[in-house]
Amino acid sequence: MKIIVNGDSVAVQAVSLDQLLVELGYGDARVATAVNGAFVARDSRADCTLSEGDRLEVVTPRQGG
Amino acid sequence: MTLFYGTELPTRLMLGTSQYPSPAILADAFRRSKASVATVSVRREAAGEAAGEGFWRLVRELDVQVLPNTAGCHSADEAITTARMARELFETDWIKLEVIGHADTLQPDPFELVTAARQLSQDGFKVFPYTTEDIVLADRLLDAGCEVLMPWGAPIGTGLGIINRYGLESLRAQYPDVPMVIDAGLGLPSQAADVMEMGYDAVLLNTAVAKAGDPAAMAEAFGMAVTAGQMARIADPMEPRDMAAPSTPLIGKAFLE
Repeated sequence: MKIIVNGDSVAVQAVSLDQLLVELGYGDARVATAVNGAFVARDSRADCTLSEGDRLEVVTPRQGG
Repeated sequence: MTLFYGTELPTRLMLGTSQYPSPAILADAFRRSKASVATVSVRREAAGEAAGEGFWRLVRELDVQVLPNTAGCHSADEAITTARMARELFETDWIKLEVIGHADTLQPDPFELVTAARQLSQDGFKVFPYTTEDIVLADRLLDAGCEVLMPWGAPIGTGLGIINRYGLESLRAQYPDVPMVIDAGLGLPSQAADVMEMGYDAVLLNTAVAKAGDPAAMAEAFGMAVTAGQMARIADPMEPRDMAAPSTPLIGKAFLE
């Protein structure tokens, strides 16, 4: 299926968010996630099932003012 | 003693971490300014990029309170999701709540700001709202659960200093017991000292330091100015008067004519 990862359309195999992050290459990187605009906590990723066209945001710490 | 959600800060300077020429200069700016709070953000990262991990290590080495922001958000929903992601990433419930309502001035959207502040306060966040000098908005934010307010001095990144002294003095006078931070718009250390003398409790800035020719020296200057302004406020300044009054006693002066 295809989902939108950080604004780009990506073809993926994994269905659950935790497996998807591994498939995308994030591994155990320090990231936070949101699906379709809603935060998904680290502990909830295994229970988060993705569907065709879902929008995934993957963010990390960055400089800010 | 002013507490920010129960926390006493060692110094009253909060410093941003963006736009520095290098990570080393950023770290030097924090060391020399003795800033006690660092603002940070969350941004997209591609797999394998690892920039976030490197920045996270740098932030931890600063050994200061971290204040994540919701910079760039334009709606309450967007800010709430960003705040929740920031809480997980930075392991703090402090959040600098920015909800921008106008592209040219980066003025906050007061309606979305209050909505987000109420939800985040209910979620257990310690909300530091980026706001204006508007007293009615301040009242709504306090009612929404905010225990700290952060009015702007001027629009973000302008370095104009205080553009509405009357408004900021009125806000300070209206809520004398609410911790307030002047956030954004300052360009010079003298302006930081000025707002501390006005009775504000802290100063938050970024661009004025990061874009100075020597950011670390400017950071130190701001640190000194904030401390000087705070000391002056506590020392109870004299009342200005219109008529001149000699400071040197006339008694005992020699008659030379």
